[in-house]
Amino acid sequence: MAYTKRYDGRKFDETRKMEAKVGIIKNANGSAMFRFGDTIAIASVYGPRPLHPQHLQNPQKGILRCNYDMISFSVGERIRPGPSRRSQEISKITEWALSSVVDLDAYPNTVVDVHIEILQANASTRCAGINAAAIALAQAGISMKELVTSVSIGKIDKTLVVDVDKTEEDYEEGEGATDIAMSFKSASGELSHLQLDGKIKEDELREAIKVGRDACKKIYEVQKKALKDMGE
Amino acid sequence: MEISNINKKKIRESLKEDKRLDGRKPEDFRKIEIETGISKNAEGSARVKIGDTEVIAGIKVDVSEPYPDHEDEGTMITTLELLPLSSSRFEYGPPRIEAIEIARIIDRVIRESGFIDFKKLCIKKGEKVYTVLIDLYTLNDDGNLIDAGCIAAVEALKSAKMPKYDEKTEKIKFGEFSSKSLPLNERVPVTITSYKIGDKIVVDTTREEEDSSTSRISFGLTDSKKGDDIIISSLQKGGEGTFTQEEISKIIDLTVRKFKDIQKETEGVE
Repeated sequence: MAYTKRYDGRKFDETRKMEAKVGIIKNANGSAMFRFGDTIAIASVYGPRPLHPQHLQNPQKGILRCNYDMISFSVGERIRPGPSRRSQEISKITEWALSSVVDLDAYPNTVVDVHIEILQANASTRCAGINAAAIALAQAGISMKELVTSVSIGKIDKTLVVDVDKTEEDYEEGEGATDIAMSFKSASGELSHLQLDGKIKEDELREAIKVGRDACKKIYEVQKKALKDMGE
Repeated sequence: MEISNINKKKIRESLKEDKRLDGRKPEDFRKIEIETGISKNAEGSARVKIGDTEVIAGIKVDVSEPYPDHEDEGTMITTLELLPLSSSRFEYGPPRIEAIEIARIIDRVIRESGFIDFKKLCIKKGEKVYTVLIDLYTLNDDGNLIDAGCIAAVEALKSAKMPKYDEKTEKIKFGEFSSKSLPLNERVPVTITSYKIGDKIVVDTTREEEDSSTSRISFGLTDSKKGDDIIISSLQKGGEGTFTQEEISKIIDLTVRKFKDIQKETEGVE
């Protein structure tokens, strides 16, 4: 059976219900929540602040440091608190995804810390985390050229779908599931993050990126609205 | 970030007239807000706000072997992560003593109160029992993490449903919950933590107040709701400073009053 209809009734180019809110953690310089359906990420930003130990400092510009972490009870089987190989990789990927838009030239020897926690997980957690982090950075007043917007595109059997959830991620019939996580700079449309797990042909990948870019334009509107609502 | 000496002085000076910087009296709690069911994938979960302090708790249930000296009882583990997301004072890395101590205080009051009926968590004596994992996380730290954490843990436990257990594989079916609640009873545990600032005793402290204090004491209490006897089931004194015997006696009275207040506020939360 080809995947001709999404099991939850969404259109192929439709994300789950999105929600974004800025300014949720009082202690932080910037903070935000971003949600794709049952996937909820929160992010907070501290800094720019002096970086210790000193030998890590860059006298040319400030450093962006990201940390992605899943709450132990965000998934069915409890995750042991603390960093894992997976979470460390995603932290680094997130850092790269965001670094290209953040301008820290004015803050030599400092660090901007971005902390991401996944409160509840149903796939696409790194994308939700990046979307939350981008608007948290904006709220913190960090100089940014543009926002970063992230989405996962799935190839489920032969069909490209936007914003993969756990059920689709686990699809095994036909060609199975291929998960492509990507992040775009909101204005230029350049890719600052791209990952793939599965099997896909060249043209399909090109198409997937296009589909992802279109989806991100809609996600960007949600991010922008959250920032505006904060201002009001 | 440590607070400045000027602020510490202000806090102490103001307390001489029984006033706190946020307008409260020494015995006043901030507003408490409780929300349960904040994570679908947890057996139970809760978010508790006390003023600007925000803590979440999640319950997971797994199977494991019982302790040799309690062969027919389930087990429990409590952890707390002071997330760097919640304050610039917290850093990544394994839990430090501050987090470990708070988790242990909360673990003790829940355990010793008899709130959880561990005997009902036995699957097969000496071989298999349920383990209740209570995980606490700070989302925003503005003091009194012990009391906030305890309320969050208790509310998460109250809201929890047992997972489904596969008798053939002797494993939990993760993500599938039964309609059965955890075996709890009416002996709801509460902690009340008092800090000594100058020679004043203050409850529900902010972070700045805690930084201005010399010593701390946490009482874990519970009652049967049938009679009037309140049982003190755990205690922990912290900090370099000391309490006089009169002060301890005064704190006991204050603690009992506050215990009843908290009980009222948390009653009926589903």
